[in-house]
Amino acid sequence: MLDRRDFIKAQAVAAAAAAGGISLPAAAQSSMVAGEDTALKWSKAPCRFCGTGCGVMVATRDNRVVATHGDMQAEVNRGLNCVKGYFLSKIMYGQDRLTQPLLRMRDGQYHKEGEFQPVSWDRAFDEMARQWKRVLKEKGPDAVGMFGSGQWTIWEGYAASKLMRGGFRTNNLDPNARHCMASAAVAFIRTFGMDEPMGCYDDFEHADAFVLWGSNMAEMHPILWTRITDRRLGHPGCKVAVLSTFEHRSFELADIPMIFHPGTDLAILNFIANHIIQTGRVNREFVGKHCNFRLGQKDIGYGLRPENVLEVRAANAKDPTDSKPIDFDAFASFVSTYTADHTAELTGVPKERLLALAELYADPKVKVMSLWTMGFNQHVRGVWANHMVYNIHLLTGKISEPGNSPFSLTGQPSACGTAREVGTFAHRLPADMQVTNPTHRAHTEQAWKLPKDLLPGKIGYHAVLMDRMLHDGKLNAFWIMVNNNLQAAPNSGNETYPGYRNPDNFIVVSDAYPTVTASAADLILPAAMWVEKEGAYGNAERRTHFWHQLVTAPGEARSDLWQLMEFSKRFTTDEVWPAETLDANPSYRGKTLYEVLFRNGTVDRFPLSDLDPGYENAESRHFGFYVQKGLFEEYADFGRGHGHDLAPFDTYHQVRGLRWPVVDGKETRWRYREGHDPFVKSGEEVRFYGNPDGKANLFAFPYEPPAEAPDQDFDLWLVTGRVLEHWHSGSMTMRVPELYRAMPMALVFMHPDDAKARGLRRGSEVRVVSRRGEMRTRVETRGRNKPPRGVVFVPWFDSARLINKCTLDATDPISKQTDFKKCAVKIVAA
Amino acid sequence: MRPHHLAALAVLPFLVPAMLSAQNTEPRRLDSPFRPPVNFVDENPAPPIPPDVTDDRRVARNYPEQPPVIPHNVRDYQITLNNNQCLTCHSRRFTEAVQAPMVSITHYVDREGQTLGGVSPRRYFCMQCHVPQTTAQPIVPNTFKDLDSLVSRPSDQGDRR
Repeated sequence: MLDRRDFIKAQAVAAAAAAGGISLPAAAQSSMVAGEDTALKWSKAPCRFCGTGCGVMVATRDNRVVATHGDMQAEVNRGLNCVKGYFLSKIMYGQDRLTQPLLRMRDGQYHKEGEFQPVSWDRAFDEMARQWKRVLKEKGPDAVGMFGSGQWTIWEGYAASKLMRGGFRTNNLDPNARHCMASAAVAFIRTFGMDEPMGCYDDFEHADAFVLWGSNMAEMHPILWTRITDRRLGHPGCKVAVLSTFEHRSFELADIPMIFHPGTDLAILNFIANHIIQTGRVNREFVGKHCNFRLGQKDIGYGLRPENVLEVRAANAKDPTDSKPIDFDAFASFVSTYTADHTAELTGVPKERLLALAELYADPKVKVMSLWTMGFNQHVRGVWANHMVYNIHLLTGKISEPGNSPFSLTGQPSACGTAREVGTFAHRLPADMQVTNPTHRAHTEQAWKLPKDLLPGKIGYHAVLMDRMLHDGKLNAFWIMVNNNLQAAPNSGNETYPGYRNPDNFIVVSDAYPTVTASAADLILPAAMWVEKEGAYGNAERRTHFWHQLVTAPGEARSDLWQLMEFSKRFTTDEVWPAETLDANPSYRGKTLYEVLFRNGTVDRFPLSDLDPGYENAESRHFGFYVQKGLFEEYADFGRGHGHDLAPFDTYHQVRGLRWPVVDGKETRWRYREGHDPFVKSGEEVRFYGNPDGKANLFAFPYEPPAEAPDQDFDLWLVTGRVLEHWHSGSMTMRVPELYRAMPMALVFMHPDDAKARGLRRGSEVRVVSRRGEMRTRVETRGRNKPPRGVVFVPWFDSARLINKCTLDATDPISKQTDFKKCAVKIVAA
Repeated sequence: MRPHHLAALAVLPFLVPAMLSAQNTEPRRLDSPFRPPVNFVDENPAPPIPPDVTDDRRVARNYPEQPPVIPHNVRDYQITLNNNQCLTCHSRRFTEAVQAPMVSITHYVDREGQTLGGVSPRRYFCMQCHVPQTTAQPIVPNTFKDLDSLVSRPSDQGDRR
């Protein structure tokens, strides 16, 4: 606290500093006079971080962001932000922003073992195109690939999909969202024939009970947690159940807390289905009209390399997706072995709590919202877990109406908008279409104005398979955009890093900051981020929201959209398309990929005069047309008229986002329900119109154990995850001083007795060791996460301590999503 | 604040531009600044867990809507369904006795914009926005400038170098 004397001294220093042309912290400056100097330009934008999709207001002055706050008009958050959101102002201003392309060089030439040297964009793209052409010529389209992100804007993901599929003719395109919610996306399609939730965030204000299935919303979706807290504390009788393999902050609000043994959530879900059936609370009318039952394939392996003993031993590792129709009675009989006693024994959860949880679903008077993220999705049986939660909502008819809502949350700002809706997965096209479906490909070729039969029908490499193929030298030219995969990928020391440094491979990383992934690349491209470009994201409740470019990117940093489109100019159709295609379609001959993909008469149809004069738009100025609008409108046509309807481009710049399908200017809050969803006809009540018969599918699956469990040598479960203060790999939040100071390093959270048994205590330096690798950190025994004995938790945000060297690259065999929540480690003093 | 602390502050801005202009055309290693220059496969010793800053001194906000950081010890603070220990000092009626700042009036407003008699339930979990600070020193400096520093000197037109 400054007393008056100190204050006067401080003023003198400030005066001297001002004379020297330097700035001081606000405390040391003279007080400011209100007036025109304080005039700021405020613009709306969605938050850069998670899939909640909060609205923020961003203040700019002199081409810099100077303040942000929660947008009062944004439905999602109504003026609130979490601590990360409140510090958005600082994420673009880490001092080490990348501002020039950097190429590994030796003696003036690219060299795999060279040191990074700044080069021009021309030089960077020349080398990159040379490498791409070499690989395409030697090995064909299967040897090039791109790893993108749920942080791509909608048009960036769309441009990437066009370039990879239509340009290079490969489906080797996958987003890091594969690590994040592929299990949810796959289960949506298999159950409802359409991706994404039927409900929306309005369910928070309508539900009587909330069940968190493997989701620590208090830290990872804090603003949605405020809405649950609001409801729990303000609505009499409201209950919250929190399920996890360790105690965390969400337990602070729990009426029904549950710690279960890793992987046994499957049994709890089957127990609830059994309880509903045994107590006669099945909604027979709903089930009869709207549901089919199927028996799923069991013993499907763990998505490891095919030669792994677990894959060889599994009976059905080759066809994990198979299922056959059964009836209700067969389903009831299947789940009947999951009694309260059996389930309590398997899971370690007391029987009374299991029954209390089951009643939230079984009681027809309770409106229940189920919420899940990585606990469900990062699970070797993640697709099953998603199916099983739909089972209990469908058996009771508690779905598609206010407050009754199975709700899959997302972790990235456009996991839904870009990864899923645009279709940047190795198996998907826009609007839920699939690359393996010839009709879908033909439709896409038509929309993209490409020659018939150009698009490849083979599913590309998924995230984990990309790393294996890089490692094995089968994928050789690889572009990584908006993600930090060397920090995020499982078993990274054995399966990821060797592929990046494989001498046969050329690795390009586009990022705003020097991440560990960038430092292992051969070429680094500096990226514009967030409000340095015009953008669009789609959040977890189907809300599409836009923002304008508000400031200029530093130095030569360019948006991913600019990079994708500019790179496409380096190729002609003759270099990348088959001769037969060009013989049959000679008008495409000699054209660049830029011309056929982006100057196709659709993408380039909106002139610069359509730009909002109040905002700059670097890409449109560069290419000479309203790039984002053209890409969006071409993309939106895929979904209009059949339940994926998006509003016109300009509308989104006016509103705080809209939830699709948007029909006649109106958004849809609850899908599949008459009166809410315009695609359900009068008299139908409920129709799951994604499936031809209008019915949803319930699947019978058993409990099966995880891929690896603790044993004598590696005696603890390792669970990885995140923390409130940092977002994902921390490349943005670790550069915000307040967030860094709040949580500067990843510790291993463990039970005090587990520490004591190893001669350790809080603060002891330890090695966390698995069969695959190790990391060094310190022990935390009294932090916010309180694992039971036998379980440790380590967050993955800290690039100085890479826990993913320890994790196992086992995936759900159906969704190919990694299980980051269950492997075996030991902890030893360092 | 002691004068020599102020002197140290005054020097800092001169150092930062010098570090920024280090970028040149010479070949160099590029490492994540958080990882010391070691191979990906190597593991470094872990520094000790830094203690929390508990000096009870308020820290200036970067802009008015920034949630202030917590300058005191909050270890084992209970925030549960039944009890919120933060509010035992920061709620309106206790502030006089303990001389703690009262929670902002914005915290009395519900989702619909109505002002309530007490703290809104949506603001119940304080540490979703307010976080303690450790003594750890940020590895990467941040060049964010608050409004005051922008209006008090000529603009650099967004050129951060």
